[in-house]
Amino acid sequence: MMASSYNAKDEDGAVTVSLRSKKPENTAFKQQRLPAWQPILTAGTVLPAFFIIGLLFIPIGIGLFVTSNNIKELEIDYTGADVSSPCFNCSQNFSWNSTRPCTCTIPFYLEQPYESNVYVYYGLSNFYQNHRRYVKSRDDSQLNGNMKSLKEPSKECEPYAYHDNKPIAPCGAIANSMFNDTLELFYNDPNGTKIQIPLNTTGIAWWTDKHVKFGNPGVDNPNLTAVFQGTTKPVNWRRPVYELDSDQDNNGFINEDFIVWMRTAALPTFRKLYRIIGKKSGLVPTLPRGNYTLEVVYNYPVRSFEGRKRMILSTVSWMGGKNPFLGIAYVTVGSVCFFLGVVLLVIHHKCGNRNNGGDISN
Amino acid sequence: MESLTSYFGPLCGKEEKPEEERHFRANDRPFNLSYRYADNAIKTSKYNLFTFLPLNLFEQFGRLANAYFLFLMVLQLIPQVSSLSWFTTAVPLFLVLAITAVKDASDDINRHRSDKQVNNRMVDVLIDGELRNEKWMNVQVGDIIKLENNQFVTADLMLLSSSEPLNLVYVETAELDGETNLKVKQALTVTGDMGDSTDSLASFKGEVRCEPPNNRLDRFRGTLSLDGQTYSLDNDKVLLRGCTLRNTEWCFGLVIFGGPDTKLMQNSGKTTLKRTSIDHLMNVLVLCIFGFLASMCAVLAIGNGIWEVREGSVFTVFLPREQGVNAALSSFLSFWSYVIVLNTVVPISLYVSVEIIRLGNSFFIDWDRKMYYPKSDTPAQARTTTLNEELGQIKYIFSDKTGTLTQNIMTFNKCSINGKAYGELFDFSGQRVEITEKSEKVDFSWNQLADPKFFFHDHSLVETVREGNQEAQAFFRLLALCHTVMPEEKKEGELYYQAQSPDEGALVTAARNFGFVFRSRTPETITAVEMGRQVVYELLAVLDFNNVRKRMSVIVRSPEGKLTLYCKGADTIIYERLHPSCNKLKEVTTGHLNEYAGDGLRTLVLAYKDLDESYMDEWKLRHHEASTAMDDREERLDQLYEEIEKDLQLLGATAVEDKLQDGVPQTIEQLAKADIKIWVLTGDKQETAENIGYSCNMLREEMKEIFVVAANTAEAVKEELRNARRIMCPDSAEEPSVIKARAGLFWLQKTERVEDEKVDGDYGLVINGHSLAFALDTDLHLELLRTACMCQTVICCRVTPLQKAQVVQLVKKYKQAVTLAIGDGANDVSMIKAAHIGVGISGQEGMQAVLSSDYSFAQFRYLQRLLLVHGRWSYLRMCKFLQYFFYKNFTFTFVHFWYAFFCGFSAQTVYDEWFITLYNLVYTALPVLAMSIFDQDVNDRWSSQYPQLYAPGQLNLYFSKKAFVSCMMHSCYSSLILFFIPWAAMHDTVRDDGKDIADYQSFALLAQTCLLIVMSAQLCLDTSYWTAVNQFFVWGSLAAYFAVTLTMYSNGMFLIFTSSFPFIGTARNSLNQPNVWLTVFLTSLLCILPVVAFRFILIQLWPTANDKVRHKVRKEALPAPAPRRPPTRRISTRRSGYAFSHAQGYGDLVTSRRFLLRLPLRSRPLFTQTDSPLAQNQPQHYRTIPEEAEDSQKPPPTGGAAAAQ
Repeated sequence: MMASSYNAKDEDGAVTVSLRSKKPENTAFKQQRLPAWQPILTAGTVLPAFFIIGLLFIPIGIGLFVTSNNIKELEIDYTGADVSSPCFNCSQNFSWNSTRPCTCTIPFYLEQPYESNVYVYYGLSNFYQNHRRYVKSRDDSQLNGNMKSLKEPSKECEPYAYHDNKPIAPCGAIANSMFNDTLELFYNDPNGTKIQIPLNTTGIAWWTDKHVKFGNPGVDNPNLTAVFQGTTKPVNWRRPVYELDSDQDNNGFINEDFIVWMRTAALPTFRKLYRIIGKKSGLVPTLPRGNYTLEVVYNYPVRSFEGRKRMILSTVSWMGGKNPFLGIAYVTVGSVCFFLGVVLLVIHHKCGNRNNGGDISN
Repeated sequence: MESLTSYFGPLCGKEEKPEEERHFRANDRPFNLSYRYADNAIKTSKYNLFTFLPLNLFEQFGRLANAYFLFLMVLQLIPQVSSLSWFTTAVPLFLVLAITAVKDASDDINRHRSDKQVNNRMVDVLIDGELRNEKWMNVQVGDIIKLENNQFVTADLMLLSSSEPLNLVYVETAELDGETNLKVKQALTVTGDMGDSTDSLASFKGEVRCEPPNNRLDRFRGTLSLDGQTYSLDNDKVLLRGCTLRNTEWCFGLVIFGGPDTKLMQNSGKTTLKRTSIDHLMNVLVLCIFGFLASMCAVLAIGNGIWEVREGSVFTVFLPREQGVNAALSSFLSFWSYVIVLNTVVPISLYVSVEIIRLGNSFFIDWDRKMYYPKSDTPAQARTTTLNEELGQIKYIFSDKTGTLTQNIMTFNKCSINGKAYGELFDFSGQRVEITEKSEKVDFSWNQLADPKFFFHDHSLVETVREGNQEAQAFFRLLALCHTVMPEEKKEGELYYQAQSPDEGALVTAARNFGFVFRSRTPETITAVEMGRQVVYELLAVLDFNNVRKRMSVIVRSPEGKLTLYCKGADTIIYERLHPSCNKLKEVTTGHLNEYAGDGLRTLVLAYKDLDESYMDEWKLRHHEASTAMDDREERLDQLYEEIEKDLQLLGATAVEDKLQDGVPQTIEQLAKADIKIWVLTGDKQETAENIGYSCNMLREEMKEIFVVAANTAEAVKEELRNARRIMCPDSAEEPSVIKARAGLFWLQKTERVEDEKVDGDYGLVINGHSLAFALDTDLHLELLRTACMCQTVICCRVTPLQKAQVVQLVKKYKQAVTLAIGDGANDVSMIKAAHIGVGISGQEGMQAVLSSDYSFAQFRYLQRLLLVHGRWSYLRMCKFLQYFFYKNFTFTFVHFWYAFFCGFSAQTVYDEWFITLYNLVYTALPVLAMSIFDQDVNDRWSSQYPQLYAPGQLNLYFSKKAFVSCMMHSCYSSLILFFIPWAAMHDTVRDDGKDIADYQSFALLAQTCLLIVMSAQLCLDTSYWTAVNQFFVWGSLAAYFAVTLTMYSNGMFLIFTSSFPFIGTARNSLNQPNVWLTVFLTSLLCILPVVAFRFILIQLWPTANDKVRHKVRKEALPAPAPRRPPTRRISTRRSGYAFSHAQGYGDLVTSRRFLLRLPLRSRPLFTQTDSPLAQNQPQHYRTIPEEAEDSQKPPPTGGAAAAQ
């Protein structure tokens, strides 16, 4: 409190007269004369900028729009909310404990052949994967293969950390709510045969996720069953984590379906990559035009919270999936820019000499 | 402030019970120690090694901002609420605390050091009958110490004895109260008799009872009991710590108060903290922001409640609620969660950054070579680092005159002798040549006694005098004889004059150099050396100067027996008393006088009269009668004087220049152009002040009218003020319209405001002290304010220090404008402290003004640069900083707000926690700092060339509540773009290999990249002065962002700190996507382009002066040098009067013999002759005797004290 303004120097007054002059140094920095670039908004810079941006954006936008339009995409809602929907029954009779899977079949028709790789997505709506408590509810150490975390999951996983006094692996609400519908596609050959389309289960997760972020505990132990001994499966799961896949490289925590699910979505409506239909050799389209059937093993309940489930078939381009927004936005912004440029030009032409005059009123 | 100190003093002191009476015995340490009085050690430091951390932390958390962040941190530790990890708040808070702690520590170390230095000074203490050299800190109450000449007084002492007769000591109290004259203290005879006898001093057993420690410098009460006798002690017997002993070989003193109890320390209270208007605005804004934050959180909490009821309750399949949490509780919790998430609207780094910017700008002021005065080696100094931006908003300047506008140096410049003018230089063609430093000086080496510091340029005058011209010789003889100057000759031929006014000194010095040397005086004689010949005149009478007479005369008898009356005085007065035979000469001289007055010189007319012996005898008799008369003495004397001072013969006129400081008129002109009103508040008399007003361009001939208010009653003052106002603005309302409003935090502060009234044409107002006293009364002060504020220039004369402060307060209170007071002396301290900004002129009268000022420099002209360049820049920078800073934080925060609608109001953040932590601290800290330290819209030359660029600051245009709201709108727009463009671009799309990109982490990365790039772009747009540092910081920060991001999202960091860096791989996986970059690009353009278009349209349609100048700068690199105008000559009939800056002469003293008592004792100067190099640089420097009370009864201070014996 007693911050006083008193100090010894005050009392001394100016006693010491140093020989050195107190003249401040003459440096550009101290004298605030640093060389500097001083841009100002002049018609010469602003107007061309607007026109150039306008002219640049419109073609980019058109390009983006065309690219996006060339992407083929098909979306099938199989929630079964509607009575007429084939999956209505399954959605009605859902129970976590039912052992008998409920299957529904949805026919659809592809009007255009899908060239190159086709990606199969499942989409969920009104599903709050970005809810704070949901996002938190995981243990990255456990998923990374840390033995200690396997046995003692983080508190963040509560209430899905322990079940029956056994640690849950993988713990947390995210893992617990993993999407577990099975989607299968069949091509109905014009001659009546139903050919199952082979779906790749791997290559759907980020490389970094699969190889760095996720890892099975006990790296050297190929026997996952033994490694996961003493843990229990998440409450909602039907199978333990070490039985997700028969493939050793796609089982346990590094199962790609699991990894994809664990990468939580930013928004309550999202799609996640489910399978890839690899491009066949030659000129044969991956999915020729024709009739198809989607067979769903309906395990995942969304109706209680008015969620929707979709299956999406899509091709991709250099700019990703189908999304006309960017193209439209670029064209719009480009046009507005151009228009603004014209308006500014008019304004400049009419009133621009107001500040050119050397008369600066005194 | 003093009351505050005295209030806190006991609170912080060690003793719980306030001391009621001090009681101690000399030479009796054991007895005195029982009272536990403070010893002489002082401690101004706050902490020691152990108390530093707890005390400093406690202090820091006392600040609202820090406490708030501590509160946030505590919130974050509650798991149900914590929406962010603890480190997002902890890291910034820790950094802020650390920086502040380091600064506090270094300050405290300095204080420790200076304490130590003071405490370890040595002094002779009488212990056990012998003198021992002891440290100051070991001196105890009741000790007897010995001081020697020029030593600092160790503690508050009771004077016991001294080397001087009558037990006098002389002390300089400049450090204590700022007064530069010596003060006399006298010991009691009973103690003084002990002299320097160690034995008697050691056996001195006096017992002192006195008042407890207090901060009153002018009062002391106590008693000394000695051998059963009691003597009273008063202020005259006490030496205070902080004084310096002068002209006294030694003295002994008894320590009464030591260390913290001394009056010096009791007075060094907390300096009042001045705050800028931007500070106040910022506080209000922060408060508004808190309110805003609360309402945002409330909205989101309600949203959360609704969501929980509608969605959350059914979503429990996948996201079960925690036990016992229902929708209402969840809503409540989410309120606090959002308080944490949205806390960035009140950024912790705001206050730190503001301090850094101010500090930087203060350094620039300290470093400015253009405000460095080489003659006294004084650089400008920003003594306060918190007021810089206010320098850019000054509306009123209150200036002292003497020593501030003028140098307080009088030079004898010109004269007119017998109708011939001297002092000008002409070239061959007869053209007047301006006198500069380089002009050839007259050589006075023929005169042994000449003052080497006196310069004159006109050779003809010397020649005239040396040729033996009768009139010229009479002229200088008069100057050598007719005055009340006291000479002092320390060494043979080294004369010092002590004049009560600098004018007189200048005239006598001029006479001295022209061969008429005034050498010494006794009450009856004056010894002069006339052209090398010593002449002793008999001094018969001094007809002293006073305000009414406006002249002074002496009557002398020359060695030849000739009786002469020499008279000098104001022209109007002398002219009335001239003999008709001089009419012709009078005309010529009048012409010269007008010329001198036109140049702003102070003129005097000189005249003489030869007297008749018989008449003189008779007159003297009557004079004696009159001067011993009991009643009407003054009047009778006046009559006598009137009688003898008539039929004078005109000799000529002198013109003395009250030298203005360099560049004062130009500075004032520039400041006036910047629409700054300048009021001169001076202790000088009206004529002098008016004269200076003219010579420094404040009063101008082309002004429509200059009102002089010099009335003696309140009614008359009111009438004069009203009349003036009616002339200036006939249709102004009779009654002042006071707008009452509320402002400040919680709108607690009531403000009253008087609007400016429009006046066309320039007017001036001169008001004297008497009228001012009336006008400052409550019923008239608004009248004064209205009238004065209509005028371009206001000059108040004969103002007391208190009135100076009152005038400042008046304007401060009713104009809500920023005021600046500038002065150099102790009498300016009150106004310097009262004004928003106080500026001290350093290197003049003492240090008091500088010590209480916020800025100091050596010359008035630097004020122009301080305001128009540094002030303007500081204001601009601060405003730019605040605007940008609020923009960047609001935008950052609002994005969270929009995201809440998509994440179930769950307080999920949009960005990575690390980004949140580092955003204000690393990514955006340096570029904005660089901008707000280096930015200049136009450089210094253009700033001074176009003072009207200063106007936006006065009108508060750059940052106000309005600007803040528009800044918020802008943020709102930007945040909408920054959230919804990425949202629209990403919500349904995938990577080019079909994999996820709409996941939370990729979205966060995209959103934060967009944000940072937009913020950088906005900064680039705001920066108008791109130095290398700016470039480096802007690009460096962006690079740092990408580098840090890539590092934090790298495998290594994840593997080491798995749970802290879950964003592994996000950067690599999404930043290689073209649509991510297309989105970033689109977002940035959408945020920036409207701003560019808007600003461009503003420049095109409504260009400000600033825009115009900047446009001009582009065309011309440097401003054209201002056209050199010839110095304007005033063609004026106005003439200065008798321009002594003093009321009453001390002719009484000269003839009274009293000074004889003093002078032979020791040739002690009336005025301190400082030995500083400063004094040597200056020409003969006269100091005015500090004005005692107006009444002439009271003798001058030093002489009086001596004479009282």
